[in-house]
Amino acid sequence: MIVNVLFYVFGAILVLAALGVITARNPVHCALFLVAAFLNSAVIWLLLQAEFLALTLVVVYVGAVMVLWLFVVMMLDVDVEKLRQGFTRYAPLGALIALIVVAQIGLVVYVRKLGLDDTAAAVVNRPAGGSNTLELGHLLYTQYLYPFEIAAVILLVAIVAAITLTMRDRPGQKVQDIGKQVAVNAKNRVRIVKMDAEARQ
Amino acid sequence: MIPLSHVLLLSGILFSLAVAGIFINRKNVLLLLMCIELMLLSVNFNFIAFSHHLGDLAGQVFVFFILTVAAAESAIGLAILVVLFRERRSINVEDLDAMRG
Repeated sequence: MIVNVLFYVFGAILVLAALGVITARNPVHCALFLVAAFLNSAVIWLLLQAEFLALTLVVVYVGAVMVLWLFVVMMLDVDVEKLRQGFTRYAPLGALIALIVVAQIGLVVYVRKLGLDDTAAAVVNRPAGGSNTLELGHLLYTQYLYPFEIAAVILLVAIVAAITLTMRDRPGQKVQDIGKQVAVNAKNRVRIVKMDAEARQ
Repeated sequence: MIPLSHVLLLSGILFSLAVAGIFINRKNVLLLLMCIELMLLSVNFNFIAFSHHLGDLAGQVFVFFILTVAAAESAIGLAILVVLFRERRSINVEDLDAMRG
């Protein structure tokens, strides 16, 4: 019962946060509303017994990706007012399409019960002392090992792509030239000058 | 116990809000990317709801992969956005007409 109440409360906050994302004037506020949406989703995922993914969502999404978002939003000097032009013109169209999509999904969900007992979760025999993280780990490292490796490669490609895209040569940048450093010898560094001794003052 | 249909409806509302956001904020690339993140979140809701109600962890494994790919996507998307802003001093979609015939 308490689970249901929590679900509806956090679901309502989630919908409000999503509304904030699409209507806020300032992109920084949009990003913060998105953080709120992710946190509320994490709570709902906890209620649905997906503990590992809920924590991953908070750590990876809120902790890393949204911080990246906020950095980029603040780095870009965006002219907000210009980008807001046409907001009121497109708002009715957006609302109409949202209503149509909700109606369609509602019809599918409520008319066809998907052959399931709607309110009961399947009873699974969980081993004693087992956890969601443990089970997910077993699955990831046995049955889904190759997809897991591919996911790792995708992340590596993302790192390389993001760095090569944003790296640039500025004039006057101080960089090491390894070849020149290795090829250097003593004559390039020390100059011995012969001069006559000077009389003591 | 949370009814499955309510979770699915919540995810549907989230998805349609994201679609509406794409229509409303059609000039701002940054907000378009944020709406795509919302869409991915709502799809993850479906996977987790079914994983919970069918007692099958495969759905959660898929959410794991979706999170991975979404993180990679937003990192590359933001890098492209930064390069774009450096070149054009603007992220307005209407300014991006270099390939128009």
